[in-house]
Amino acid sequence: MDQQPVIETQNLTKRYGTTTAVDNLTFSIAQGEIFGFLGPNGSGKTTTLLMLLGLTEATSGTATVAGFNPTKEAIKVKRIVGYIPENIGFYEDMNGVENLRFIARLNHIPDTASTAKIDEALERVGLKDDATKKVAAFSRGMRQRLAIAEILIKEPKIAFLDEPTLGLDPEGTTLIIDYIKALSREHNITILLSSHDLQQVQRIADRIGIMLHGKMIAEGPLEKLAHEKLGVEDKEISLDDVYMKYFQEVTS
Amino acid sequence: MNGIRAIVRKELADHFSSYRFIILFALIAMVSLITTYMVGMGLKEELSGVAKPSFVFLMLFTSTGPLFSLVQFVAFFGPLIGLVLGFDSINRERSAGTLSKLASQPIYRDAIINGKFLSGVVTIAIMLVSILLVVTGLGLALIGVVPGVEELWRLIIYLIISIFYIAFWLGISILFSIIFRGIATSALATLAIWIFFSFFISMGATVVANAVVPLDQTNQGNPQVVLKHLRVQRVVSLISPMQLYNDATAIIIDPTRKTTRSFVLMGPLERLSSARFARPLDLFQSIYVVIPHIISLIAITVICFGVSYTVFMRQEIRSM
Repeated sequence: MDQQPVIETQNLTKRYGTTTAVDNLTFSIAQGEIFGFLGPNGSGKTTTLLMLLGLTEATSGTATVAGFNPTKEAIKVKRIVGYIPENIGFYEDMNGVENLRFIARLNHIPDTASTAKIDEALERVGLKDDATKKVAAFSRGMRQRLAIAEILIKEPKIAFLDEPTLGLDPEGTTLIIDYIKALSREHNITILLSSHDLQQVQRIADRIGIMLHGKMIAEGPLEKLAHEKLGVEDKEISLDDVYMKYFQEVTS
Repeated sequence: MNGIRAIVRKELADHFSSYRFIILFALIAMVSLITTYMVGMGLKEELSGVAKPSFVFLMLFTSTGPLFSLVQFVAFFGPLIGLVLGFDSINRERSAGTLSKLASQPIYRDAIINGKFLSGVVTIAIMLVSILLVVTGLGLALIGVVPGVEELWRLIIYLIISIFYIAFWLGISILFSIIFRGIATSALATLAIWIFFSFFISMGATVVANAVVPLDQTNQGNPQVVLKHLRVQRVVSLISPMQLYNDATAIIIDPTRKTTRSFVLMGPLERLSSARFARPLDLFQSIYVVIPHIISLIAITVICFGVSYTVFMRQEIRSM
């Protein structure tokens, strides 16, 4: 993973009035990496993602995504970044195929090319049989899988996934995490994954970043963090323990 | 541009398959057909055995018949078309969570609002053109008079003014859908605006006129004061886009009308001339009379859309 960073931030800061949502954030993610982005609700993860995507302007500091400035070259960034927002929405009275077709059109993929792609993507996420059902009838797990299909259609270089497993049953969570792993391994997509499901993050993340009050309080591969905080080297370390340890330290 | 095209395509599909569009269209088609039929039958009866006056065809649209004329109906009901098509355009996407997804696609942010507005205008245009064609066809069959070239031009101009007028209301409703998070709130707000301009502006005009130029026992006989009173009342009522539209279309569609002002407000020579020269105005003269109205109408439509555009572009994406 010693490749050049595809995402880089320098002292990235976002203030809303007097509250600082993101505070002097400096980190980088290498090409092809799965970066587990952890932290309690309201710690600034989503704000960071929005700034990297050019949807929110940073108060100060800089960010670079694949060599582009998200504020000034938002369109270029959005072209190569796939984003699954928290609580992703779909057009309820359109079916799965129509929803994906719309995304394809917005990404300048002509209908002749997208038809096969949509089929393939739906097959990949196991929604082929439900493709012509209206999304209103989809379960939460099916919606998240449809969101993954959107990423497959778009074929981005980078994917920002904001809580893609929120509210899913364990089986659904495992399924989504497996798809995310496949995105990374088969399509070589760099992934920034924000989640509260520590076990699952541990399973697939190459590196972990823990955010609290807008600051990155820890960053690195799990083994390194475990070594620093718990002083353990064995293979049985769990991300839960490491995570809790960091919090105890900061809050005490 | 690709982004706008994709959005317009989707929005049009949404509009034409939605129940609200079907209901609106059915309602308007029904009322138009009934009105035209009644007016047409009346005209046919009156015209039998009489030399046909000029511009008979346009009378299909302007004669009130037993209820109201088609032009009056569009003036009153048209706003509702615009409002119904737009009141939930942005806030529905926001509450469904599709707006942030849309904004993260490689399109300019204004493509979203431009696409919404454009598709609404296209829907309105298709609606009005088809209604006008149906009415024209029915009128042809009923009174057996073929419209002349000038009559057709007047109808086309009437159509364009009507599209702008309804687009103004569409702009208002899209603005409300941006400002108000709740869909029910924006629906109520648009209705309130519509009711205000339809019913209360004339009351308001009377109140303002009474306040500025009070009429009482002592000066009621004084024509100067009465005139001033009426002038104030008229200026206030012109705030309403409905009044602008009514005046503009009345002149365009009825060549025998020469001024938007009422008889009382005319100058003495103007009265003389309108009494002596009873010939209808030609098309360019008619347009000339109401060009200020038409320009104002287009201007408020553009301003209204401009405000929606600015508010939308400045909104924090976070709150989307």
